[in-house]
Amino acid sequence: MNTSVKVGRIRLKNPVIAASGTFGVEYNELVDIESLGAVVAKTITLNAREGNPPPRLVETPAGMLNSIGLENAGLQDFINKKLPAYLKLKVPVIASISAETAGELMELAKRLDKTAVEGIELNLSCPNIRSGTLISQDPKATYEAVRQVKKATEKTVIAKLSPNVTDIRVFAKAAEEGGADAVSLINTFFAMAVDIEKRRPLLGNITGGLSGPPIKPIALKMVWDAFNEVDIPIIGIGGIMTYKDAMEFIICGATAIQVGTANFINPQVTVEIIDGIRQYMTRKNINSLKKLIGSLEVR
Amino acid sequence: MNQLKIKISENIRVSGNYFRLKFRSEQLSKTARPGQFIELKVTDGLEPLLRKPLGIHRIISPNMVEVLYEVIGKGTEALSKRSPGEVLDVIGPLGNGFDLGSRVEGPGSRVLVAGGIGAAPLVFLAQKLRPLSAKPPEGTIDHRPSTLGRPLVLIGAKTKDALLCEKEFKDLGCNVSIVTEDGSKGHKGFVTDLLKKVLNTQYSILNTIYTCGPKSMLKAVAHISTKYRTPCQLLLEEYMACGVGVCLGCPIKVKTQYPCLAGRQAILNTQYQYKMVCKDGPVFRADEVIWE
Ligand SMILES: Cc1cc2nc3c(=O)[nH]c(=O)nc-3n(C[C@H](O)[C@H](O)[C@H](O)COP(=O)(O)OP(=O)(O)OC[C@H]3O[C@@H](n4cnc5c(N)ncnc54)[C@H](O)[C@@H]3O)c2cc1C
Ligand SMILES: Cc1cc2nc3c(=O)[nH]c(=O)nc-3n(C[C@H](O)[C@H](O)[C@H](O)COP(=O)(O)O)c2cc1C
Ligand code: FES
Repeated sequence: MNTSVKVGRIRLKNPVIAASGTFGVEYNELVDIESLGAVVAKTITLNAREGNPPPRLVETPAGMLNSIGLENAGLQDFINKKLPAYLKLKVPVIASISAETAGELMELAKRLDKTAVEGIELNLSCPNIRSGTLISQDPKATYEAVRQVKKATEKTVIAKLSPNVTDIRVFAKAAEEGGADAVSLINTFFAMAVDIEKRRPLLGNITGGLSGPPIKPIALKMVWDAFNEVDIPIIGIGGIMTYKDAMEFIICGATAIQVGTANFINPQVTVEIIDGIRQYMTRKNINSLKKLIGSLEVR
Repeated sequence: MNQLKIKISENIRVSGNYFRLKFRSEQLSKTARPGQFIELKVTDGLEPLLRKPLGIHRIISPNMVEVLYEVIGKGTEALSKRSPGEVLDVIGPLGNGFDLGSRVEGPGSRVLVAGGIGAAPLVFLAQKLRPLSAKPPEGTIDHRPSTLGRPLVLIGAKTKDALLCEKEFKDLGCNVSIVTEDGSKGHKGFVTDLLKKVLNTQYSILNTIYTCGPKSMLKAVAHISTKYRTPCQLLLEEYMACGVGVCLGCPIKVKTQYPCLAGRQAILNTQYQYKMVCKDGPVFRADEVIWE
């Protein structure tokens, strides 16, 4: 049975990837990290960022909001500490980067180009200084950001799209035209929750991002839309809790999938999803996962 | 840290909204230290989605663990409805426990300050402190009066009905004092008033305060400990998702000191940084916490 897939120049032994910000070497005691297709590291910026004030988390029906605010110790710390710790676990690592200026973005990509990361995921959900919106909400800025990063590195570049747009296809296309090797979608939905007794927001940052099972059907539709729009591989993300969820994404056109929030609920979920996919393939008598990608029957 | 399936042995109401959960786990009872916690998936479904952090209340026997919890929302409510025989998914032990120190203590050297449900994890601490404080080393004669050398426990609650763990602490040989806000039992007022009185009088040579309770109380205890120059360890709470330090969801502000030059003099400059309650805590020193 062949569960391997290719995303750009990255060869994944299976399509299951841990999503940025939801996984870390700390899980090594609880799950066999080596068996994952890959891990996307927490988003880094050139310089350290302290992140948002607490509370940074709140639970919502079947889901959660977070407003971490990209807390990270910066590029150098990633290269010196985080990356070696992952590589020791023998798992392919995809770095995730974010920046407010094109200069910073180029610098990040250039320096990562010389490291052992397999690829770079571009987290576009960061403020765009020029237009005042997010890069991920401006097709031109998306195109430009991808192009800059592609210029600075030979590594596989994945553009991570935000769902906070009217038509995801426009953004998938912009990333493809900018030269992205793949797109991953989706990041979290802008959202908030309120304590009505105190009439105060439940997040220190007032607003945050919704993740988990509630976003899955919307994410699936966005993957399907993107699949019909672009030719580059798509990585499906959003509310994946089981192998069944993962298969829905693959059937709708995802070459690989990422698991985020579910890691918190069950740290072994990624390995269980890999097992589930294998069992599904056996049951369906399908020997190559590639045959299932985008295999949705719509007639 | 392990992910375990545990079978509920007992899950009963103690009083009011307080419940006791007992389960068998040799692994946890052997490895857990006071102040550590577990992350419990209270239902198998999606509601509530996240695991709930609960402190370890007692190790009852080499394989029996007890948690004492207050029903305050969806998760704890769902937990209170689970029955003996049912299986729960648990991750633990998590976090760093209290620093118990290493030497055999002098008289009255530990004060435990408990507010409300904050008494729960302090009982486990008292279990571990007892052999240190109450018994002199093997082969020496205990000259201390029988009441000295035992941890002093100050328990505070709104009313006498909300008082927790008095019997447990007494059974462990602690000296227990009670404070209620309405005066329905023990001293009337705040537990912090009694702490001040204690520090002013009988326990001048104390060496550590251990405390857990509502944030307002912890803040007041921290303030008092600074004023009396008494080392103090706080068990803090924050909303959690992963419980292991990967989501960066449970920060608290702590002081960081780094050397720098002021003119020609080297001084320690104080700034702050976020630390994660789950991984770097949940126990912090009172003098490092920055209160907002
Ligand atoms: C390290 C640690 C140890 C703990 N030990 C114990 C224990 O031994 N016994 C015990 O009863 N509880 C303990 N708690 C608290 C317990 O985790 C919460 O009460 C529980 O998660 C609430 O879940 P819920 O779904 O019932 O409430 P929710 O529906 O999530 O919340 C109900 C209400 O409580 C508030 N709330 C919930 N969690 C927190 C929090 N962490 N900080 C501040 N406010 C909150 C919410 O704002 C809301 O108003 C501990 C917490 C931590 C972090
Ligand atoms: C606590 C938390 C932190 C996250 N941090 C990042 C991040 O640093 N970079 C990023 O690109 N996405 C981040 N995400 C988004 C996830 O990678 C993922 O896109 C999103 O949560 C949807 O997937 P899920 O429903 O499986 O969680 C974060 C999500 C959560 C819940
Ligand atoms: S709960 Fe995830 S870092 Fe503390």
